Formats: sequence, structure tokens, C-alpha cells
Amino acid sequence: MKNGSIITIESLIKSFPIGGGEFTALNGISLNFEKGEFSGIVGPSGSGKTTLLNILGSLDSPTKGQTIVLGTASDQMSPRVAAMLRKKHIGFIFQTYNLMPVYTVFENVEFPLLLLKTPAAERKKAVLEALEWVGLTDKIKSKPPQLSGGESQRVAIARAMVKKPDLVLADEPTANLDAENSHHILQTMEKLNKELQTTFVFATHDEKVIGYLRRIIRLEDGKVVSDENIKK
Amino acid sequence: MLRFYIKGLFRDRSRSLMPILVVAIGVTLVVLMQCWVTGVLGDMIVFNAKFATGHVKVMSKAYNDNIDQQPNDLALLGTEQILQNLSADYPGMEWVERINFGGLVDAPDENGETRAQGPGGGMAVDLLSPGSKEAERLNLEKSLVRGRMVQTPEEILLSDEFATKLEIEPGDPVTLITTTMYGAMSITNFIVCGTVKFGATALDRGGMVADINSVRMALDMQDATGEILGYLPEWEYDELQADAVAGSFNEKYSNEDEFSPVMLTLREQGTMTMYLDMVDYFKSIIIGIFMVAMAIVLWNSGLLGGLRRYGEMGLRIAIGEEKRHIYRSLIIESIFIGFAGSIVGTAFGLFFASLLTKGIDIGGMMQGSNMMMQGVMKARITPDAYYIGFIPGIFATALGTALAGIGIFKRKTAQLFKELQA
Ligand SMILES: Nc1ncnc2c1ncn2[C@@H]1O[C@H](COP(=O)(O)OP(=O)(O)OP(=O)(O)O)[C@@H](O)[C@H]1O
Ligand SMILES: [Mg+2]
Repeated sequence: MKNGSIITIESLIKSFPIGGGEFTALNGISLNFEKGEFSGIVGPSGSGKTTLLNILGSLDSPTKGQTIVLGTASDQMSPRVAAMLRKKHIGFIFQTYNLMPVYTVFENVEFPLLLLKTPAAERKKAVLEALEWVGLTDKIKSKPPQLSGGESQRVAIARAMVKKPDLVLADEPTANLDAENSHHILQTMEKLNKELQTTFVFATHDEKVIGYLRRIIRLEDGKVVSDENIKK
Repeated sequence: MLRFYIKGLFRDRSRSLMPILVVAIGVTLVVLMQCWVTGVLGDMIVFNAKFATGHVKVMSKAYNDNIDQQPNDLALLGTEQILQNLSADYPGMEWVERINFGGLVDAPDENGETRAQGPGGGMAVDLLSPGSKEAERLNLEKSLVRGRMVQTPEEILLSDEFATKLEIEPGDPVTLITTTMYGAMSITNFIVCGTVKFGATALDRGGMVADINSVRMALDMQDATGEILGYLPEWEYDELQADAVAGSFNEKYSNEDEFSPVMLTLREQGTMTMYLDMVDYFKSIIIGIFMVAMAIVLWNSGLLGGLRRYGEMGLRIAIGEEKRHIYRSLIIESIFIGFAGSIVGTAFGLFFASLLTKGIDIGGMMQGSNMMMQGVMKARITPDAYYIGFIPGIFATALGTALAGIGIFKRKTAQLFKELQA
């Protein structure tokens, strides 16, 4: 593991059983992500982006090869340890915002902190701060069904960021948004990346997202075909 | 955290209202049936205790063995001594002698010729001693239809149905033709002082009540009686106490001799065993059935609710909640639902039961029955009724959710997560 590296993947193979045989979704991937990166996994549909992101987020485990996510190697990754890792250090942002409809904006953002047993006063401060980052302090008491798509995704970003995680994984976060809203949330994430040194990894084929990335990893048929750093 | 879940639970009507309704309906029925069974069987026991079994009963062993035949030839002898012993050994209890007898009741015309005749079953009880509670115990005064209570040894009460059948009016003479304890024929004249309706079909068909001393004379049963009934100081039948009394009595006085006295508790007598067991069985069966039925309904609705909530579950997993923790939170939610539903159901159950405490007249259905049972069935609200519904209410929701939740629990994290993204 290099100094400052957050994720290391070596010779990762991920295959799924289908019918009688196996389907190899990721085939021999070696990558390294460092603290503060704003990078993206880019590739056509079915190339394995989501599969890779799930392994980075310890929601899934490799079939072969080794991963070290935030200092924990895949062979030591029990479900319990994985849950703990996600709870403390990883934030997720999804294409569908996955807000809990019966809870207010405030409560949705508060939820990760409740799991972390953060004291109430501290919780409130953190939630308000996170909602300020995404510019939604005026919607605290709204419920998700009353929000626009852009607003919903901003709540989801606040929810991912509220615990100030080391790593945020965003799977097609702009797929359901128009251009204006897409740029808005991307600018927000770019700002948070700079201010908080949070590592962002996207999975996307959206050109708008790609325009913001400082590192582009291209995936095709489960293999990395290029990995370039963009000077900004 | 818990507050957070409960808040969500009650905001999401489909997750709270429907299950609460299911539980409430089930619990209502459980409570209602509990009150009904307790009332009906409880009344039956009280009624039997008063009329036939006492809380305990002393007989000769031989009499007990042939009790269906009203075998007064096997009666208990030396009853005065036995009564003295009983009063000394068990102060606080009340002991009363009873003689059950059968015979032909003959209604003569002005010339003394038989005008009408019918077989009857009689109960001889102490009606005339000062301080005797027997008339009150048998509720005779309130059961009077015509005439008045027995005031002299020559008087007898007939069941109103029996009297009507024989066309007998209060004041008419009747002749009781029966056999003495020694097997001789016995003919005794009585005056019918009144008619009664006992409220139990078996007694109303051909029953009569006379004072025990005149019957004793008629049956030649000096210092003898068919049965001695014992009543515990409390109104209710207390099995433990009755067992203790019967146990010590039998130890002390009962022996091999077939004429030696034996004491049986209410439960040990005839069909009463069955009734008492029925009370207990009914309760557990009712609770059991409703618990399973509700659990199945809730399991299914839990599955539907669960499918709807895969998104939430996946999200919670992604945020770092452990599956165990999620599962536990689902169970806790369900206990709240069960509790809320049980409160509502218990309230409704008690309300309906209170409407039924007045009773339903089933006299018509009891025609031809030999059961010692009252014609009016009533529900009865006992302390049990306040909590018994909570058992199936809470267990059923917890069980239903536990079953439904297994689906979520068993699914692989990644798979669940995929579903959430779909
Ligand atoms: N659980 C699974 N079982 C079987 N095959 C799977 C499973 N998960 C993913 N796959 C397959 O692996 C391949 C990669 O899937 P993945 O979801 O990672 O693609 P993707 O790059 O995210 O595509 P998209 O851009 O459409 O989201 C696909 O062919 C998919 O069918
Ligand atoms: Mg994908």
C-alpha cells in the first residue's frame, strides 16, 4: 500500500454464477486510489462499473485477488467489519436517490449519525452544516415526495457527507437529472472534495460527469483499458 | 434510534394501520371468547356446586360408585357424628346434608283417586332450620313462579313445568310414592306450597324440593343422608383448598369399608372434571388458533410490506447498518404494532363482552338435555381478560415479522443492494 492510498486492488476477479456456468464481470483489475482523488470509472453499460464500485464499498467481495479498502484487506472483511467500515468511513450516492419517504429531509440526513450514536446536539449541528453545503437549509422539514429530483439528490449528497467520510462512492448520480441540476450537484461535490479532502469515486458514462473528473479509468468487458490523470 | 424507527412506523400508515387492525380484530375475538367461555363454564361450575356437587362432597364409597342410580340404600350412616367431625376439623367451611330421591308424584282428585301421575326427581335440603342458607343457595325464593316458600315439614315445591303438566296448583295435595332406605314402599302426603323455575332444564322437567327432615322420615333415613356437601368460605371454587380438605379428610376417615365415607372435590365428580379441564383447554386453544392465524396474515402482509421496503433495507445496509440490527429493528417495530393492536382489541373485546354479561337465553336449545346447566349463558369479565389478548397479539406480530424478515435476512447483501438500485 502506497502512502496516502485509500484503496488498493490487485488482480481482482469477480464472477457470478449464471445457469450452469459463470460470468466474469471483472477480469484482472489492479488499481490504486489515493486520498483526495476525484476519479471516475467510465465505460459502456455492462462493463462492470457498478460491480467494481460495490466491491470498493465492501458491499460485495472479490472472487479472486485482493482488495484493501481503508486499511482492511478483503480476506479479513467479515460482514460485520464491512458494515462497520461503511458506517464510519464510506458514503454512497445512487442514481435513484433512495431517500426514506416517511422521514423529513433533516431526518434522512440525520440517519447515518443515529447509527453512529452521535450525541443529539452534535448531530443537529452536523446535519445543518451538511444541508448548508448542498444549499437546502430551507427544506429541512420537507418530505422527499415534495422535493424535485435535483433537490432529492442534494439531500442524498448531504446524507453521504454528513459523517465526513473518507470515501464517497457515487453510481450514476446524474442519470435522473437535467443538465442544470447535474452541474449543480457536481459543483457541490467538487467543492466538498476540495474543502474536506474526501475521496470521490464515480461510476458513470455521463459526459457531464466526465468533464469534472481529474482521473478517468476506462472499463471495457471487465478490464481496465485506460487510466489517465487530467490536469486541471 | 428506536424513536426514529417508531416515528417512521406510525407515519407510514400501510405499515402500522393495517397490521394494527388485523391484531385488533384478532385480539377482540380472543378477549370476547375468553370472557364468554369463562362466563358460561364458570356459571356452570357455580351452578353445579350449589345444586349438586358442593365444593367438596362426602358420600359412602358405595354410594359414590353407584351415584347415577340415586342409591339411598347405600347412604352414609352416622351423619351426626360425621358432621360434628367436619365442623371441628374444617372450621369456616359450611356443611349441608342433601338427599336426592326419585319417585312417583301422584295428584289425587277430591275423592282421593289418582287424577294425574308422573315420575319426579327430588332434592331434600334443609329449608326449615333457623340460619340455613340452603334456600338462598338454591335461589329458591327468586325462582318462585307461583305460591310461596316451604314453611312446614309437610310442604313441597314442584318445578313449575312439572306442576303444570300434572295440573297442580299451590295448595293442592300430592302423594310421593317411593322406597325407603331399606327397600320398603313409602307413601307420603305433601301439600304443594309453590312452584319454581330452576333455570336448568334437567331440574325443571320433573324436579321437586322438600325439607330434608320430612324426606328423611319418608325414606326412613334416621341419622343417614345421601350426601354431605361442603362449601369453602369463599364464594369461588378453589381447587387447591378443596384438594387439601379432601385429602386430609380421606386420610383420616376413609378406609377399605365400602360404607366408609369418602370426600370428592368438585373436579373429581362426574362431568365436572371435563368442564374444568375445558375451561383451561379452551383458553389455550383459542389463544393458539388466533395466534397462528394472525401470524400467517401478518407474515403475508409483512412480506408485502417487506418487498416495498427493500429500498429502505438496501439503503440502511449501504449506510452501514448490520442486517442483524435491521432484523431486530423490524421485530421491535412489530412488538409496538402488536402492543397497539392489543390495546385496541382488548378495549373492543371488553366492550362486546360487557354487552354479553347480561346473557343470552338458550333455554330453548337445552330441551332434552340432562346437563346441569343454566338456560341463560353469560359472558364474564375476569382480570385475565385484560391481559390475555396481549399474548397472541404481540406474539403473532413478532412471529409474523420474524418469518417475513427471514427473506431479507437471508438475501445476500449485494443482491439486496442491487434490488434497491433497480
Ligand atoms: N448478481 C449478478 N449475477 C449475474 N450477473 C451479474 C450480477 N451482477 C452483475 N452481473 C453482470 O455483470 C456485468 C456487469 O454489471 P454491472 O452492473 O457492473 O455493469 P455496469 O457497468 O454498472 O452497467 P450499467 O452502466 O448498465 O449500470 C453485467 O453483464 C451484469 O449482467
Ligand atoms: Mg451500473
